[in-house]
Amino acid sequence: MDNILNDEKPRVILGEYKVTQNLPSEPTVLDEKWDLKTFKKRFRVVIVRSEENELEFDLIGIHPFLANTFRRLMLSDVPTMAIEKVHILNNTSIIQDEVLAHRLGLIPLKADPRLFEMKTDPTAEGTEQDTLEFALKIKCTNNKDSSKDSLRAEDMYKNNNVYSKHIKWVPIGKQKERFSDVGPIHPDILIAKMRPGHELDLKLLAVKSNGRDHAKFSPVATAFYRLLPDIKLLREVEGEAAERLQKCFSPGVISIRHEKGRKYAVVANARYDTGSRNVFRYEDLKDAVAMTKIQDHFIFTVESVGALPPDVIFMEAVKILKDKCLALLDELSHV
Amino acid sequence: MDFDDPALLKKPIKEIEEKWKLVPAFLKVKGLVKQHIDSFNYFINVDIKKIVEANNKLVCDADPLFYVKYTNVYVGRPDVDEGFNISKPTTPHECRLRDMTYSAPISVDIEYTRGTQRVSKAGLMIGRMPIMLRSSNCVLTNKSEYELAKMNECPLDPGGYFVVKGQEKVILIQEQLSKNRMIVEESKFGVQCAVTSSTHEKKSRTNVVCKANKYYLGHNSLTDLVPVSIIFKALDVTSDKEICELIGVEDISKLTPTLEECHTLKIYTQLGALKHIGSKLVAKRYVTSASKMKTPVDEARDVLATTVLAHVPVENYNFRMKAIYLGVMVKRVIEAQSDKKFMDDKDYYGNKRLELAGSLLSLMFEDVFKRFNWELKSIAEKTIPKIRATQFDVVKYMRSDLITNCLVYAISTGNWTIKRFRMERLGVTQVLSRLSYISALGMMTRVNSQFEKTRKVSGPRSLQPSQWGMLCPSDTPEGEACGLVKNLALMTHITTDVDEYPLIRLANNAGVVDINMSSGMSIHSPETFFVFLNGNILGTIRNYKKLIHTFRMLRRSGLISGYVSIYPNFLHRCIYISSDGGRLCRPYIIVERGRPLVTQNHIIELEKGIRSFEDFLHDGLIEFLDVNEENDSFIACYEKDITDLTTHLEIATFTLLGVCAGLVPYPHHNQSPRNTYQCAMGKQAMGTIGYNQKNRMDTLLYSLVYPQAPMVKTKSIELTNFDKLPAGQNATIAVMSYSGYDIEDALIINKASIDRGFGRCLVYKNSKCVMKRYANQTFDRIQGPLIDTTTNAPMWKHAVLDMDGIVAPGESVDNKQVLVNKSVPTVSAVPGSQTTSVEYKDTPICYRNNEPSYIEKVLVSTNEEDTTIIKILLRQTRRPEIGDKFSSRHGQKGVVGLVVEQEDMPFNEYGICPDIIMNPHGYPSRMTVGKLIELLAGKAGLVEGKFHYGTAFGGSKVNDVCEELAKHGFNYQGKDFFYSGITGEPLEAYIYSGPVYYQKLKHMVQDKIHARGRGPRAVLTRQPTEGRSRDGGLRLGEMERDCLIGYGASMMLIERLMVSSDQCEVDVCNLCGRLGYCGWCNSCKSSREVSSITMPYACKLLLTELQAMNITARLTLNHYCE
Repeated sequence: MDNILNDEKPRVILGEYKVTQNLPSEPTVLDEKWDLKTFKKRFRVVIVRSEENELEFDLIGIHPFLANTFRRLMLSDVPTMAIEKVHILNNTSIIQDEVLAHRLGLIPLKADPRLFEMKTDPTAEGTEQDTLEFALKIKCTNNKDSSKDSLRAEDMYKNNNVYSKHIKWVPIGKQKERFSDVGPIHPDILIAKMRPGHELDLKLLAVKSNGRDHAKFSPVATAFYRLLPDIKLLREVEGEAAERLQKCFSPGVISIRHEKGRKYAVVANARYDTGSRNVFRYEDLKDAVAMTKIQDHFIFTVESVGALPPDVIFMEAVKILKDKCLALLDELSHV
Repeated sequence: MDFDDPALLKKPIKEIEEKWKLVPAFLKVKGLVKQHIDSFNYFINVDIKKIVEANNKLVCDADPLFYVKYTNVYVGRPDVDEGFNISKPTTPHECRLRDMTYSAPISVDIEYTRGTQRVSKAGLMIGRMPIMLRSSNCVLTNKSEYELAKMNECPLDPGGYFVVKGQEKVILIQEQLSKNRMIVEESKFGVQCAVTSSTHEKKSRTNVVCKANKYYLGHNSLTDLVPVSIIFKALDVTSDKEICELIGVEDISKLTPTLEECHTLKIYTQLGALKHIGSKLVAKRYVTSASKMKTPVDEARDVLATTVLAHVPVENYNFRMKAIYLGVMVKRVIEAQSDKKFMDDKDYYGNKRLELAGSLLSLMFEDVFKRFNWELKSIAEKTIPKIRATQFDVVKYMRSDLITNCLVYAISTGNWTIKRFRMERLGVTQVLSRLSYISALGMMTRVNSQFEKTRKVSGPRSLQPSQWGMLCPSDTPEGEACGLVKNLALMTHITTDVDEYPLIRLANNAGVVDINMSSGMSIHSPETFFVFLNGNILGTIRNYKKLIHTFRMLRRSGLISGYVSIYPNFLHRCIYISSDGGRLCRPYIIVERGRPLVTQNHIIELEKGIRSFEDFLHDGLIEFLDVNEENDSFIACYEKDITDLTTHLEIATFTLLGVCAGLVPYPHHNQSPRNTYQCAMGKQAMGTIGYNQKNRMDTLLYSLVYPQAPMVKTKSIELTNFDKLPAGQNATIAVMSYSGYDIEDALIINKASIDRGFGRCLVYKNSKCVMKRYANQTFDRIQGPLIDTTTNAPMWKHAVLDMDGIVAPGESVDNKQVLVNKSVPTVSAVPGSQTTSVEYKDTPICYRNNEPSYIEKVLVSTNEEDTTIIKILLRQTRRPEIGDKFSSRHGQKGVVGLVVEQEDMPFNEYGICPDIIMNPHGYPSRMTVGKLIELLAGKAGLVEGKFHYGTAFGGSKVNDVCEELAKHGFNYQGKDFFYSGITGEPLEAYIYSGPVYYQKLKHMVQDKIHARGRGPRAVLTRQPTEGRSRDGGLRLGEMERDCLIGYGASMMLIERLMVSSDQCEVDVCNLCGRLGYCGWCNSCKSSREVSSITMPYACKLLLTELQAMNITARLTLNHYCE
């Protein structure tokens, strides 16, 4: 078994109780000193799946520290806009001012943060460049033209639910010309529930900041990676055991080949295995499989919240890393 | 079907599915706090009438024609007096807000004489009775959810408490030894048989003891022990043979020394015996004219008739019943002397009775009603002889405030003093804890024991097997009250009194021979059984099986109350029938011939709503068993355990736990103390208090911003509605080590989770202010804010005030800002002076807290005395920080040790990073396997999209849960592959992770954080003040001082204990050694030898205080270097 796993790739081996590493037959990214030339030669990016707010791509031939840096930067250093200050002019609903403000802050906003500046002085008045202003003015009333029989709140009252679509953008200065579409990304986020007589009159100020400040500024719902799984069958598994083996993995990982009336398991596509290691439930299958993960092959998943497309978020993260490195070099040169 | 076929009997019984549905059906009828409400209802509807009837006539010595007779009494509906004798119905919530008492008038119909006329009057109010919420007279009973909402009341609130002066008060259940029962126990003289008699008139204790082979009777109205033979003779059993017959022991030689005593004292007749007893009576404290007339013999006869063994009835001085009873007592002592198994166990729960609000209030009411009548009588006696223009009308002297004040005082302070019985109990009532819904519920089921907390006895504290199913085995506090404070189990019911008369008739018809009819010889014959009803001998019977069978049949058919219990005691050869109040009982399914009477069809009918729990009782499928009868039954826990001996079947096993322990998922997998810890902690968890929590104005109220129902529920959770009013959140936890900040149970929390609202809580506090009016027509006033003349804005202290001088809702207030700008007139007690200009002194209500608060709302109202009250509700929103306390539902508490950025948190293959990281060291020693299973079941519930159950002795099976996880591509053990968030590399170990329900506890650093450099000092000693609230110093205590002495750090000691504390420069005269002042010695009249030294001010204070006592302390000074 060891010989199969100790190939040229750096691997982690998923044992029954712990994770171990293999002994690669030749030097890998993990033990090399980082060098631009070799990195360029080896590094590959493969975009696997690209949807509106979700991107799956592979970074191959990269050291974990770098991959992790990108992940960390995406989570907490790429800035976005979010509501930071709420001026409560009137709030007669049952929701407390602070809780309302907190909920409003967590609403993702459609506004390209690259077009804004970070606000330097938090107490200063917001300007066109660093602040977006919104207004939320809504009042719940009795719905006079509803049928008398209905006892559903939606029929009896008007505006009994306050949604993010009720937030209206108030452009400052020339913002109206500069931006076309600004506002909450999702129209149907429930902000508050009201009953007749309740009223909200709020002025909302959104600023630019990053996820380290508060999670609401994070551009991603989550950004993470996993190592590419590699599953090898060490011996042939046939018949009922093959089907059992198939069930131990995610769908599509193991397929069953029929040959001369004989069924046996083969590895089809290990990529989408969830690493559940359920083979270890079966005493007889334990030794049939070697589950490993390739240590320099990262499958990134970036789930954007919607303010920025996921690919842009990644590019921003790279840019931030570049800026940080330049800043460091700059500082070192002054020492 | 042929039931008698033995093969059929041996066949395993099919399990009745969903049998537990009887529990919600039971709770629907009985409710969680039904015992309180039942007891109170019994009091205001039945007992109060009995009390008034027993004391219904009032006559006076001054006028033989005068009398007052109460013909009826009734308690009305709660209302408030709006002034001018107009009252309007009220709601409990209005009383809570306006600091009033939720009470209803007690009205009587009376008949009395005015002069020579006979007058009747109906509906006369004699006082006000605080009304228990949800009792029969409360406005909330039988109201729909909508109606309750209109009254600002939470539909899930259990009721069962009182609102007195705006405070919610619970009368705790009190545990007591049962009254009127013989208890054979070890005493200082050896074996004794004690009876605590209790009737409406008298409470007394009678002992039969054995001293030097003689049997004596002891009683608190007798100064000395009296030989039983003399008592027997006084009870008109004069011949020694008859005495021996009544005692009924075979070995008469045991009685000879006792009988001899009579002969040595030369007492042969009843009169002689009474004379002897008359000489041993305790002198009466109050000698009235009536009692003076009596001779000692008469008095002794009276004492024997009414006080000794007061519960045994004596009619026309026919003492036979009492003599038989005494005989049985002596017999018990003799039996117990030779055989220890005849000793009774005091801690046995069948010997306990629980006193509830109803019985406690009835004691109190009877006492105050007697006092009320006595006062009326003394007024009549004083007033009638006077010659007056108008005729004496007693109605004018009936004041309602005596009864009202007495009841309100008792409930609001918890001091239950009844002078008649020399009863003084403190802490009977407590303020209903509204920290969380569960804490309120838990309080309603609490049972308080009368035992002293300081005594180191293990008996009453330990878990008695007879408590099975009645009291929760887990829910008891730790420490001094451990085992003394208990909690009722889920299905426990407490009985109220049932009328004895039909039972006596029934027993006689069933073959019980009246004790008065049987001869002394026959009563102790080995074939007969004594029949006791509520501690009194009813008679004897030979065919006791028939009697028991008849009683049980009639009970099951509903012809006698379902709470009457009957059981044999073969040791005593007695049949005990109990119908008294305060017995614990719980329902069981009846099993006949090895088959439970409840079948699947019944359950289906129940589910369809055709059948209710009461129908089960009516049809004789289910019956209530009290502790004593439970111990005479064969009860199977499950159908599979049924044998041909089995008489009953448990409805649901999880009901043996109480409300608080019911929250724990998989409690049967935990080490038992952990469940006990959780019972204590569940009461401190923040969450939702009730649907009306936003309308409440409590002094302190915690609530969670985003509470969640637990992923792993239990059936008890659903039954107690905890899932509707939850107190906690489902946190994704990872069991791993992270940094060093997780030692000693500390938790690591994800900052992004906090940002998104995890553990965020609201803290409400209130500030109250009363606007008083004074005798001289002056009153407190409130003024608007002071305006700074230069800026034309209110000064900073008044910045948050509205124009009316009270804070504006929505404002943020800082420390020391004014909430109500109140001022008080300086001269308030000068009557008659009609000065127009009144001087006022500012007494503002200030906000005192270093963290600012927001004003939630302001309430301006009046209370019962018509004085204005202003209540201000303040609100703080807090996010979790380092040091805040969290706990899972398995007694695993911990404080936040570190808040970590999301990117530093480990993440798994799905991109999930945990909310909380918990150190695995928390598991091995605590053995909370239930928590591990909760995590697994919760995780499976997430992937499956359903709630799993962790019900005690049941719940989802680990195997099924694992299978579910594996089905969805998760590791079957719940262990996931994680990557380090810091290095980005895979972690070497698989991490056990998933959702666990976490409670945020009320202990938060913000309320406890304290440090000070310099600050206030106490006036007297000039030492730093003590305590956080006074911004006090941190004490270097004795032990710390010892350390410094041991180390030899003397300069350090001087610095800590003097320089940084109360250093003081004093002048000392070297001539006289006394203290001087300003370099001048006043006794030597010179400044020549005065030198200045530093010493602690406390020392200087001591010297001056000694001087004030005429003791001179002289100081002799030396140079330090010499």
